Amino acid sequence: MMILHKALDIFASLGFFVRRNLTSLGLAARMFTAAIYRSAFLLKRPRLVIDQILFVGNHSFVIIAVSGLFVGFVLGLQGYYTLNRYGSEQALGLLVALSLTRELGPVITALLFAGRAGTSLTAEIGLMKAGEQLSAMEMMAVDPLARVIAPRLWAGIIAMPILATIFTAVGVMGGYFVGVPLIGVDSGAFWSQMQGGVDLFSDIGNGLIKSLVFGVAVTFIALYQGFEAKPTPEGVSQATTRTVVVSSLSVLALDFLLTAMMFSN
Amino acid sequence: MTDDNLPALHGSQAKAQSFSDEVIVSIRDVNFAYAPEERQILSGLNMEFKRGQVVAVMGGSGCGKTTILRLIGGQYAAQSGQVLFEGQDIGKMTSSQLMNARRRMGMLFQFGALFTDLSVYENVAFPLREHTDLTEELLRSLVLMKLNAVGLRGARDLMPAQISGGMARRVALARAIALDPPLIMYDEPFAGLDPISLGITARLIRDLNNALGATSLLVTHDVEETFAIADYVYFIANGRIGAEGTPEELSRSTDPFVRQFLDASPDGPVPFNYPGPTMAQDFGLRAS
Amino acid sequence: MRKSAIDIWVGIFVAIGLLAALFLALKVGNMNAVSFQPTYKVSARFDNIGGLKPRAPVKSAGVVVGRIANISFDDKTYQATVVMTIEQTYQFPKDSSAKILTSGLLGEQYIGLEAGGSDEMLTDGSKIAQTQSAIVLENLISQFLYNKAADSGQEKGAAK
Repeated sequence: MMILHKALDIFASLGFFVRRNLTSLGLAARMFTAAIYRSAFLLKRPRLVIDQILFVGNHSFVIIAVSGLFVGFVLGLQGYYTLNRYGSEQALGLLVALSLTRELGPVITALLFAGRAGTSLTAEIGLMKAGEQLSAMEMMAVDPLARVIAPRLWAGIIAMPILATIFTAVGVMGGYFVGVPLIGVDSGAFWSQMQGGVDLFSDIGNGLIKSLVFGVAVTFIALYQGFEAKPTPEGVSQATTRTVVVSSLSVLALDFLLTAMMFSN
Repeated sequence: MTDDNLPALHGSQAKAQSFSDEVIVSIRDVNFAYAPEERQILSGLNMEFKRGQVVAVMGGSGCGKTTILRLIGGQYAAQSGQVLFEGQDIGKMTSSQLMNARRRMGMLFQFGALFTDLSVYENVAFPLREHTDLTEELLRSLVLMKLNAVGLRGARDLMPAQISGGMARRVALARAIALDPPLIMYDEPFAGLDPISLGITARLIRDLNNALGATSLLVTHDVEETFAIADYVYFIANGRIGAEGTPEELSRSTDPFVRQFLDASPDGPVPFNYPGPTMAQDFGLRAS
Repeated sequence: MRKSAIDIWVGIFVAIGLLAALFLALKVGNMNAVSFQPTYKVSARFDNIGGLKPRAPVKSAGVVVGRIANISFDDKTYQATVVMTIEQTYQFPKDSSAKILTSGLLGEQYIGLEAGGSDEMLTDGSKIAQTQSAIVLENLISQFLYNKAADSGQEKGAAK
């Protein structure tokens, strides 16, 4: 009998889990469409978006650039060790560039962005909710979705591709620095093999599209978690954790989807 | 500091006559619960607020006073009954109609709810920037006038983090009246204030109400300050009106609920002990 | 922060992003291969195109002179029709031949043009008559086995 009860309990909690997450998904979808729909006025008030780009873009610049540099260094090093076994160290430039433009640039930037800017956004919105600032805004006949959420969403969508491009560029330079002056790979071969193999549209272009999609996903997840956070200190802290977890998993899942769509024949 | 800097005194004892018997907010037979399974917060509530009055809504904690403000503001819709603002049912408004209605309401939240990333000046300027197309010059004059009315014109460049709680609430008051609304709502305006701030706040509420010809709705449980400035008081108990009347009428009332509240007695219609097992059951005392 | 300061910093941020994008486009990618030269179209028919894909290069003497624009199947002649765009600056004689070659052992396939000797040049819309299809591995193997069988048959015959 006990086993039956336990089994039913498990079913019940599974059902509750599914129902709660489906409700969240629906809420999130509605919030997303509402925020996009009400964004038109931002064209008349670009200042709101620009202020937010400073908050999520500029303030993430250092961590993105430094991380890009180190990832480039590691790619240069590991790439060389592996290619050397097959006598193909001349292809180091190609390896570094393709890895960065296709995958590492967009993905790692998105993960770092989620941790740095995403958590800031979630905490900010959550605290605004806890301090009744969003309610106050509503009572002043100003829609918080339009005034608070939409500018931050667009700032994230704009900033992410810029950050990913910077990451990739710095990474390539990092790979060059380790490969050519330090290890001794031929400089000419490094660049020419790279230029021969990296396609402007299918590699760099697709990488850019990926970073755009990730930008939408990470920024929106961060904003949603903050907006729906419980207005208590624990609530805000849980929301920031959830931002990082959900964003990271979404980025990796989307990466798989996009790679399959873009790079298969 | 001379009296030149203080707004014109009417004396906290002086109360204006109601300008008319015109009703600005009317609550009729309202039933409300936050969710279907949750307990009924308000049942069969009937209230009226006339233009020019300062009306207080009082009662114990959790009795539904703040809920009334939320219903009038349209943040929640009543399950049955009508909430009329200037003759129109808030519950049935479209979002643009609700937006228009809210522009005619000012709300002061319990701890101010100032926007922490904006300065005092920008906070008060916010509703003006969002809803009007004024030039910076005109905006500046208006903002400074509002700040002057609450005595904080000199604090205009400070950030909310740099001012005290009482000052924050005054800034929030300036912000609430920025558009000169005909209805101003106060959620626990006296909670946690020192005696000086209490006096200032009460006087401001009354003076601004008279100066603007508006209606002020106070949700509070501070008896002394409120009775000094209110024209009419409602007591809420168990989701209904427990008692109502002018402060003078209520001070003389013999209703046990009103008496417990006004006399601050620990036990009475609102019990001291939370419902639970008897002493005998908990401490194992032998029944005598 | 003053409004003007915010604008400047955001402007710098976007500028750095654009610089990075430019770096990627010019130094990392094969922007040189994206030419905006005027081109002319030439078509050719093959029995088997193997793994040839649109946008694959058309090379002559190893240098890229154009790209494959379109591949289609002609159900009257049961052959594949390949349309390629060649840059205007490169003129080929009318009797040039087109072969489908593979770069490296297992690389991508491309079309190699070998110039003929005619005085007339190919123009927009003309057809290349001499073509050689791609090498299909299965045909190669069956040919090899057939030859092997024929050789051993001859030996047996000679031994008798």
